[in-house]
Amino acid sequence: MKVWLIHHSLAFRLALKRLSDMPFASLLGILVIGLVFSLPAGGYMLLGNLQTVSGQISGAPQLSLFLALDARVTDIQEIEENLRKHPKIKDFTFVSKDEALRQLRKNTDLGKVIDNLDKNPLPDAFVVNTHHTSPEILEQLRDETSKWSKVEYVQLDSAWAKRLHVFLGLGQSVLLILASLLGLALIAIVYNTTRLQILTMQDEIGISRLIGATHSFIRRPFLYFGAIQGTLGGIVAWLIIAVCIHMANDGLTDLIRLYTIDFSLKHLSPGESAGLLLAAAAAGWMGAWLSVTSHLWKAVSA
Amino acid sequence: MISFNQVYKRYPHGYDALKAVSFTLDAGSINLITGHSGAGKTTLLKLIAAIERPTAGSVIVNNQDTRTLNGKGIAALRCSLGIVFQDQKLLFDRTVFDNVLLPLQISGFDPAAAAGRVRAALDKTGLLDKEKASPISLSGGEQQRLCIARAVVNRPSILIADEPTSHLDEDYAREIMHMFRSFQQVGVTVLIATHNATLLGDTTHRMLVLDQGALTA
Repeated sequence: MKVWLIHHSLAFRLALKRLSDMPFASLLGILVIGLVFSLPAGGYMLLGNLQTVSGQISGAPQLSLFLALDARVTDIQEIEENLRKHPKIKDFTFVSKDEALRQLRKNTDLGKVIDNLDKNPLPDAFVVNTHHTSPEILEQLRDETSKWSKVEYVQLDSAWAKRLHVFLGLGQSVLLILASLLGLALIAIVYNTTRLQILTMQDEIGISRLIGATHSFIRRPFLYFGAIQGTLGGIVAWLIIAVCIHMANDGLTDLIRLYTIDFSLKHLSPGESAGLLLAAAAAGWMGAWLSVTSHLWKAVSA
Repeated sequence: MISFNQVYKRYPHGYDALKAVSFTLDAGSINLITGHSGAGKTTLLKLIAAIERPTAGSVIVNNQDTRTLNGKGIAALRCSLGIVFQDQKLLFDRTVFDNVLLPLQISGFDPAAAAGRVRAALDKTGLLDKEKASPISLSGGEQQRLCIARAVVNRPSILIADEPTSHLDEDYAREIMHMFRSFQQVGVTVLIATHNATLLGDTTHRMLVLDQGALTA
């Protein structure tokens, strides 16, 4: 165990030394990895944010039950009870007329207009999620609920949200392919960097083997080098995304406000960020492993 | 202990480097292998370090048959040997100290104690004041002593050297041979391949004579 720790500590220090011995080349390599990784990671972040938007604008089919302006608390309780008992309804949210007005004031520039109103013109409403997505059942549900007492109007409008949902699904597939291809590109980059290092260190590797170094001993510093390079590249990718979000958020906020949605681009969560770094480190490790193993295989066969 | 039993070595292009070689070297002995160029001296040493495998017969080193060793076994065997190569195989981009440190790093020696061990080996070979120098700045004799320091730093039970005096004048050569003798005196089995069998200067060593791959004495 002690020898194992000594070997790993030595390999880690050697990997750091190799990085610092060639600062410019290392920096360029890390930047390339960062740029390559920022594309799928940025796409993932963008899709995640779009999913949030689609959720806010009813990504799944939803019914909005607008109540009559004269609906009383007992009427609301009765409708709530009906919704709770209905087998086709998954869940629902009550949006009071006051809450609706608050959201309107927050998400639009109509503050002054709202202040000039004598009374709140908005109705109480229920936003209803169903267990079903088929248009026939939804329309049937709309017809049924619109007949309930004090229900003024039932809105079912999810067609464009459904289309967005399909596009998001498509985006996820494209992103998966892109991530796989760029992951392979990253492995190829590290493979090549490691191969160049091996070529400059052939004497050292050969002598080390002759005086008792195992393949693991020779391989280890390169693996650490690849993993460190990958991790640093992952950090660069994270920073690139952060800068892009910062630059995009100002313009985007104005656009989103036009659609009365509370939204701004958010970076990857801590878990997703850790996943990004792990994936980058793993790709770097893999590229280095393939490169050294192929070299050692050739050396043994020669 | 080193034991060869009816060892043959044929290279892929058909050249027979060793033919029916059998001998046993006792632990703690000092031994010379002589013979003309191409007689098989280097091949014999390579078989001991499992750098080459025998075509037939068995090579037993420290009670291990080298034919049965896997990659890790070979690495462990080489760690237990001290090897002085004919072409020295020094790392010229590292200091004298780092060259000697390498075998200790490979065997996972405690880094805290490694520096002391390296300096002891450099002291033994008269290079202590050159530890920060680059090997390229050393004379031929000093480079050869550096190779010996690297070979003995792990305190091996067997020390093999391939033509360790070939590029040295006689005084340096005798100095190197004296060094090998001192290792043998502390229990190391020493095997030296050399053209010049008179360098040890006494008769208390065993002599193996190779001629065209066959042992004649």
